[in-house]
Amino acid sequence: MSNLKEMRSGIEEQYKAKLNRPRIVVGLGTCGIAAGGRKVMKAIQDEVANRKLDVDVDFSSCIGMCFAEPVVEIALPGTPSVIYGGVYPDNVNKLIEGHLINKTPVTEMAEIQIAGEAKPYDGIPVMEKSGYYAKQVRSVTSRLGRTNPESIGDYIATGGYAALEKALAMDRQDIINEVKKSGLRGRGGGGFPTGNKWQFVHDAVGDKKYIVCNADEGDPGAFMDRSVLEGDPHAVLEGMMIAGYTIGANEGVIYCRAEYPLAIKRLNLAIEEAEKMGLMGDNILGSGFNFTVRIKAGAGAFVCGEETALLNSIEGQRGMPRVRPPFPAHKGLWQKPTCLNNVETFANIPFIIRNGGEWYAAMGTEKSKGSKVFCITGKINHTGLCEVPMGITLREIVEDIAGGIKDGKKFKAVQSGGPSGGCLPTEKLDLPVDYESLTAAGAIMGSGGLVFMDETTCMVDVAKFFLNFTQLESCGKCTPCREGTKRMLETLIRITEGAGVPEDIPKLERLATNIKASALCALGQTAPNPVLTTLKYFREEYEAHIMDRKCPAGACAALLNYTILADKCVGCGVCVKACPVQAISGEKKTAHVINSSTCIKCGACVPKCKFEAIVKA
Amino acid sequence: MPTVTLTIDGQQVTVPKGTTVLEAAWKAGSFVPTFCHDPELTKPGACRICVVEIKGARNLPASCVTAAAEGMIVETASPAVIDARKTILELMLDNHPEDCLTCHQAGDCKLQDYAYFYNVKPGAFGGECKNYEIEDDNLFIVRNMNKCILCGKCLRACEEKQGRAVIDFAYRGFRTKVATALDKPLADSVCVSCGTCVSVCPTGALTEKAMLGSARKWEVQKVRTTCPFCGVGCNFDLNVKGGKVIGVTSNAAAPANGRDLCVKGRFGTDYVHSPKRLTKPLIKKNGEFVESTWDEALDLVASKFGEIKTKFGSDSIAALSSARCTNEDNYVMQKFMRAVIGTNNVDHCART
Ligand SMILES: Cc1cc2nc3c(=O)[nH]c(=O)nc-3n(C[C@H](O)[C@H](O)[C@H](O)COP(=O)(O)O)c2cc1C
Ligand code: SF4
Ligand code: SF4
Ligand code: SF4
Ligand code: FES
Repeated sequence: MSNLKEMRSGIEEQYKAKLNRPRIVVGLGTCGIAAGGRKVMKAIQDEVANRKLDVDVDFSSCIGMCFAEPVVEIALPGTPSVIYGGVYPDNVNKLIEGHLINKTPVTEMAEIQIAGEAKPYDGIPVMEKSGYYAKQVRSVTSRLGRTNPESIGDYIATGGYAALEKALAMDRQDIINEVKKSGLRGRGGGGFPTGNKWQFVHDAVGDKKYIVCNADEGDPGAFMDRSVLEGDPHAVLEGMMIAGYTIGANEGVIYCRAEYPLAIKRLNLAIEEAEKMGLMGDNILGSGFNFTVRIKAGAGAFVCGEETALLNSIEGQRGMPRVRPPFPAHKGLWQKPTCLNNVETFANIPFIIRNGGEWYAAMGTEKSKGSKVFCITGKINHTGLCEVPMGITLREIVEDIAGGIKDGKKFKAVQSGGPSGGCLPTEKLDLPVDYESLTAAGAIMGSGGLVFMDETTCMVDVAKFFLNFTQLESCGKCTPCREGTKRMLETLIRITEGAGVPEDIPKLERLATNIKASALCALGQTAPNPVLTTLKYFREEYEAHIMDRKCPAGACAALLNYTILADKCVGCGVCVKACPVQAISGEKKTAHVINSSTCIKCGACVPKCKFEAIVKA
Repeated sequence: MPTVTLTIDGQQVTVPKGTTVLEAAWKAGSFVPTFCHDPELTKPGACRICVVEIKGARNLPASCVTAAAEGMIVETASPAVIDARKTILELMLDNHPEDCLTCHQAGDCKLQDYAYFYNVKPGAFGGECKNYEIEDDNLFIVRNMNKCILCGKCLRACEEKQGRAVIDFAYRGFRTKVATALDKPLADSVCVSCGTCVSVCPTGALTEKAMLGSARKWEVQKVRTTCPFCGVGCNFDLNVKGGKVIGVTSNAAAPANGRDLCVKGRFGTDYVHSPKRLTKPLIKKNGEFVESTWDEALDLVASKFGEIKTKFGSDSIAALSSARCTNEDNYVMQKFMRAVIGTNNVDHCART
């Protein structure tokens, strides 16, 4: 098959026909499946069969509303399609009965509607105008939750592989110029301008060159790349192929963590389908350009996301970072020039080539162009995936997209950039989300993880959490990171256990400075950031732990004290039975007391007291 | 050869292009410590003790893996550099047993030297310290991984110099350890006990079993000699104390072999002072070996050869010599056969 245009019209017809039929679409990303999506799918199929309904049952991937999973879309031609959340086998019937048979949407279960030309229903937020998506853009995530990721037909009908076709007719330097014009910066965390990287690899001399896609995604709480791989695998492949054509590579490797079996499955399927249609393999679309892609499953070490450790891992070596320079652009996989980019970076390429660099650069700020996918997690109402234009403020993300802090609690901090990033306080909420602003504030953009914390979060405890992660994930190669992060962690543990001493703070700062300055790779160079930013913005919390032996957030068990308020206690003795270590004593009908040295701070007594006489402080 | 000129500690140096900042600094007479760097091995830039300040660089680069560039301005002892090095040493010492008093390596240990130079003491940060069993299962090598600073020289030497790759890093982070495959005892691995790893270790983590407890490093007199075991002609240093050979250490300056030796050369010199060693020739008389003199013994051999030669002719005698003898020995042997015995019946085990 050499002409995609010929194929395309047929495929588009088919796709239109599909959209013109009543459809029920189940969100089957990992989040949907974990929430029970497959069971919901089965229940729907059974119901449709039982009632002999004329409706297609299809599946898609994660649309981003992880908080609402399992998510099901019902689309009837000519009416807005409605996306329902919290769908389980026991309420499937209600949806079918209401929306499909009585043609009345079940408003109380509806999350969002996509109206298109049709007149929107009352009482359901319209996507892109209100609710979760009001402040979002859907560019690189545009197919997520909207097309069937296992269908190359869906991909092609929605503009897929048009960019490859266009690129194959372009001059290589023009492609690079277009990517440069877009201002796209690496989405894997470093933020290096993609066009410049491609130029280096293009200009590098080598008998063989490689394309490597970094799908290792190791930050705790991050799932942007997984969502893109599961929801739009062809876009990643298309981006890699365009890169391959541009820099002169015929082979691509996707390094994907083995914990992403669904992503790997969909990628393999996409490769197979693309090969079948002559979109991958030899002489692609009759252009003479050959390209193959293989997947290397990684064992899940965080450091294997670091580009040179990743290359070592592909080569079968221990995943330890190499000294840079030489950079992968000059000496990468098997010491050959290698273009290594992140999943989201590659997935953006087809959109940029199709719509032009200027279109992409119109989004975002002066130095941070385009859009960025974030995973928003923590103490917020809407945990999920969102794509926002660069430059949006943190406040807009937490208040408008995330739906505010859970249980009406107060926002305290947001960790941006995962374990390499930093914690920003309320004062920084109006900070625009772009590479420069976040870095200036001591955090980083990173790969797009945002963890929100409320007033019950202890910032020393947060720093301890991240340090525990980095010190476990340190590859052990260089001294400052291997030994230093361990000492920082030990100090933080001591502080949260009430054994901190005033010298601990300058010691932490000295360690942090020297680890940052002398570690070999960015894992170590950034590992102290959570400590440095919490020390910068929440120093008084450290001091309270050390000087007053108190955890102001009430999170560090060792520093808690449970006491019984004598004026509230009626001496009923219920708490005595609840205590597993017999720390509570007192005569009947007189105020009881807790022996703080036996108390293990489990808090079991608190809910048992009907008179709210037990308090933690 | 293209050169670059850079400024190190205020002094201009010109070095060939491709020289590292470390080598340039040494050339300029600046002191820069190293642990993982070894001129004969690949450079991992891992220990970070060699960091320097380079104007315009974001962090403190490791000088051993940074190429000297034209116009570079390098400080090898700025306050930031000194503090980083001290921190690294403190971190190493806090994860290292405090037993320099009884350590075999004392006096020839980089960790000790740099701790002294920078006046760094243990206990700066405290915390957990590794505590492994001392491994002495190998006949010749004792591995005390508690003293290991994970510079990785041993495993690079094993792979890059010996082509064995017996050991490598295992585990991760603070638990990282140099180990054989599956962390099995060295004796159960494919280790050939060449001891090359011992020769490159900058600390007391790898030591020669036979020498442990026999001498302080500064008591040892080193006598350069050629290995008696085979014809390769490896040079090494006999370690001598009180007129007795206590062991062997290799020497990078040895022309044929550098620091490499085989198990026999490095660990096989205990025969020198063995009471079982023959020091006088023995002649069998009436079925019994009887001590004799060299004159008597050589006269006997000469007369026997003479007898055979007169009775059966020169060609009834042949000589077979060994590849493990030196060239000189082999030369003398064939010369003797041709000139004295009068035959060309000369052969050699490596001929086929
Ligand atoms: C410890 C560490 C972990 C990393 N993990 C990832 C990762 O999971 N995915 C990723 O794309 N980049 C990761 N990176 C960044 C990569 O080294 C590299 O910069 C990036 O993949 C380049 O692609 P880009 O230019 O498209 O961002 C990591 C870096 C470090 C230091
Ligand atoms: S900074 Fe940490 S992860 Fe990076 S090379 Fe050093 S020990 Fe390994
Ligand atoms: S003794 Fe030789 S073979 Fe054995 S580990 Fe050391 S270098 Fe490798
Ligand atoms: S055993 Fe010696 S040479 Fe090997 S890593 Fe440890 S300190 Fe370095
Ligand atoms: S000597 Fe340079 S990093 Fe070890």
